[in-house]
Amino acid sequence: MAWVNAIIQGVLTGGLYALFACGLSLMFGVMKVVNLAHGDLAVVGGYVALGVIAVTHVPVLLSFLIVVPAMALLGYLLQRTVIQAALNRSVLTTLLVTFGLSVVIENALLQWKHADSHSLGTGNAIITGSFQISSQIQIGYLPLLIFAVAVVVLLGLQYFLSLSKYGRLIRAVADDREAAQLSGVDYRHVFGIAAAIAFGTVALAGIAYGMYSQFAPTTGTDTILLFAFAAVVIGGLGSLWGTLLGGVVLGVAQQIGAQINNSDQLLAGYVVFLAVLVLRPQGLTTRRAQS
Amino acid sequence: MTGNGIPLLEIRDLVVHHGQLRALDQVSFQVFAGEVYAIIGANGAGKSTLLRTISGLHTPTSGAILFQGKDVTQLRPERRATGGIVMVPEGRRLFPSLTLEENLQVGATYAGQGQWTIERVYELFPWMRDRKNQRTEQMSGGEQQSVAIGRALVANPRILLLDELSLGLAPVVLQRIYGMLPQILATGLTMVLVEQDVSQALRVASHIHCLLEGRTTLQGKPADVTAAQVEAAYFGLVKPLWHG
Repeated sequence: MAWVNAIIQGVLTGGLYALFACGLSLMFGVMKVVNLAHGDLAVVGGYVALGVIAVTHVPVLLSFLIVVPAMALLGYLLQRTVIQAALNRSVLTTLLVTFGLSVVIENALLQWKHADSHSLGTGNAIITGSFQISSQIQIGYLPLLIFAVAVVVLLGLQYFLSLSKYGRLIRAVADDREAAQLSGVDYRHVFGIAAAIAFGTVALAGIAYGMYSQFAPTTGTDTILLFAFAAVVIGGLGSLWGTLLGGVVLGVAQQIGAQINNSDQLLAGYVVFLAVLVLRPQGLTTRRAQS
Repeated sequence: MTGNGIPLLEIRDLVVHHGQLRALDQVSFQVFAGEVYAIIGANGAGKSTLLRTISGLHTPTSGAILFQGKDVTQLRPERRATGGIVMVPEGRRLFPSLTLEENLQVGATYAGQGQWTIERVYELFPWMRDRKNQRTEQMSGGEQQSVAIGRALVANPRILLLDELSLGLAPVVLQRIYGMLPQILATGLTMVLVEQDVSQALRVASHIHCLLEGRTTLQGKPADVTAAQVEAAYFGLVKPLWHG
């Protein structure tokens, strides 16, 4: 029964990992940018939520209504300026620029907020509570809520990409930037929209993480970015459902690792990550095998 | 109609470099509304470079491109497309992960005013209607070329640039596609096309322009040039051999 519990808890955390990872996957899929600042942006989302809550006194659960649009706007602006300028030079330059961005964000946060850990307490007994399925299986409302949010976000993103005008343009630009230009599409604007989505989703993930655990200025690179990368690689690039699957596999592997030995939690996740890289480098879902 | 008023497209002393290579050297011409202007020449003559420069994908070293009397040399490719210069690129360049209809929808997103709609393209190519939800990568070369033309048409261009329609197509398929051109022209479009197949170009063009190693070697109406002149301009035999 303890194993069943581990798997259930793993699946639920997997939703959060997928939420972290979908923006990373989108930015790579559309503009071939590996955003090394992705994890830090989640942490920025958490800090912005703290600030918004302190100033406006909105409930933690509703803070995303302000934080997500603000981060999406930041994403659009950063893409149209710094990241686009790097892209105009070469794809490799974007790696250096986003790494630089990561260092700047982390140090700015350390300077300004110090190394203390913070969390976004919901202060709501129902949210922090849990329900019992059997003597060994207990499911928290918060992880369940986060998992549901992740699934809804991924469904929404899928719907947006396959059916909306801008979703279509994003896919077209990802396929062939030059051909899109010949159809009158300003790919830089489309890149901006993709970045806005990536920043918005990672900010949401950052808030969820803050309610669930604690974050400090360095959490972005030492935890979140790695989990997001692992989820993307395990699931397979370019597929949203692959990302969810990757998040879930990573979450379950960690929980099973913890079940074996408490200190093996992270190791187990990375072993699976490594195994996928070696045995199935295209990820568990193979949509990108062609081209 | 040709020769009256300002040209729809005017190229002035265009020089384009690919790194060290001078791909186009002082090329000038004018295209008037309703014309089919064919650029011919051997491989590497600079034909595709010329079209890519007109559509904005290459920046010229010097010279100017005027569209409807306005200088568009500094305009970004997407602005030229929305302004009415639309190219069907070499090798089709469809969006492989999009369906046929989605390819057309992308083309229509920033369309100008005009009579071309997705529905109208389906009337021109009736087979597309049944296969509109298929991805284009599973289609034959001729079908893909038709989709590429349709994607350009729904943008409602004033001037359509066609780059090497014949590339990789069987002669029968190519005839069918060229057979469509009169219907397309009848809607008031002007065309600039690049073609390696000279006889094909001479059949459809109202004006031909021959390039050799980036330079103009011949231009005129198909009726006014002889086969020998075209051959000489195409292969660079400017002087008859027995003089040399």
